[in-house]
Amino acid sequence: MAVTVKTFTSAGEAAGALSSDRSARYLGGGTLVMRALNEGDVSISTVVRASDQALTRIDASGPRVTLGAGVTFARVLAERDLAFLHAPARSIGGPAVRNMGTVGGNLFAPSPYGDFTVALLALDATVAVQGGFGAHNIPIEEFLQGRDRQAGTLVLSVSCTRPASADAFRYRKIARIKPKGGAVITLAAHLPVSGGRIAGARIALGSMAPTQIRARAAERALEGRSLDAATIAAAASAAGEGTSPSDNALGSAWYRREIVGVHLRRLLSGQE
Amino acid sequence: MSKIPLQFRHNGRDIAIFVDGGTNLLVALRELIGDMTPKFGCGQGGCGTCSVLIDGELHLSCLTLAETVAGRSVETLDGMRQGPNLHPLQRAFADHFAAQCGYCTPGMLMAAKALLDRNPSPSRDEVIEAISGNICRCTGYEPIINAILAAAGGRVSA
Repeated sequence: MAVTVKTFTSAGEAAGALSSDRSARYLGGGTLVMRALNEGDVSISTVVRASDQALTRIDASGPRVTLGAGVTFARVLAERDLAFLHAPARSIGGPAVRNMGTVGGNLFAPSPYGDFTVALLALDATVAVQGGFGAHNIPIEEFLQGRDRQAGTLVLSVSCTRPASADAFRYRKIARIKPKGGAVITLAAHLPVSGGRIAGARIALGSMAPTQIRARAAERALEGRSLDAATIAAAASAAGEGTSPSDNALGSAWYRREIVGVHLRRLLSGQE
Repeated sequence: MSKIPLQFRHNGRDIAIFVDGGTNLLVALRELIGDMTPKFGCGQGGCGTCSVLIDGELHLSCLTLAETVAGRSVETLDGMRQGPNLHPLQRAFADHFAAQCGYCTPGMLMAAKALLDRNPSPSRDEVIEAISGNICRCTGYEPIINAILAAAGGRVSA
């Protein structure tokens, strides 16, 4: 079925078109929306695009990093200043998908996809969105909780603070198919250390709930402690608390609950 | 619904066609231009057999909205051979039995070309990474990896 394609030069106009039409979807890299059209998704009758260069801007020079929603994973990988995001970017798709898929689109990718968003959730990113009535910033956790209601808004950019050291941010995607496959689970941990103790731990999990979620019980087990074996064991045993994984072709809910603590332990203890 | 005029370069030739809104590049190439080298596999971005180069970058044509290539250059396997001669990658695929049923081959060759155009002497791991978005159900990948390494090393019989 043919759809109407509307292309705008500014993100603001595109956001206006999205908010005024319930059957409109924003086309970024195409890996989600074109797939839906190929499958005959009749809920989409209008495709909105924006050629606004602000959407593809990267600001990675300072301590606060901002990625335009239209920045592809290939561009993240080409940016030396974004080394802390290279592992999550590289874990997505093959080269063609990384040349197409965008940071903004990944926020909407349903499980088992959306690995990059797991990293952004651990990094406490802020999502800048524009609705019909102007732009505002939303913490990524709040954005994900209301993701299904974000249909009429346009994501402009995502920003986060650069981790203090390479060791303070860790990422791991568990897939059965090597070198590339959909995630069984995905884990990311931001572990800022202050005076030898963890202060402000954030653990994010993918494929453990309908959207990416934080492992708050594991975070509590880490908070204020040094990263020793006892602390890691306590965090690992709490990893599955509050999660609600489901069965899919890549793994069962039971399996995911069984392995999440194992992989969190390996992530925290720096094992390969 | 009205048709949208679309112009782009297809294997070095200027093309002008009319597409329906929402038409993907794979349909435009196969059904409107008659270039049957990119294949339809999954329509989801999972198999890679529709891979083409857009301005030299590897893309999945089934997930590319046709009108987004306006004014750009699209390369497919159809444009790979050099006159009457096979491209060194094609020659290497033939010599190393890298094609069995052949359905993945167009995508594999485009992924390999995207790699060698940027990195003429890749490591084995870089070759594996370069074709990681392309699925082959026949060969077990080894002959394909060896063919790409052979083409890169110029170790291809004439």
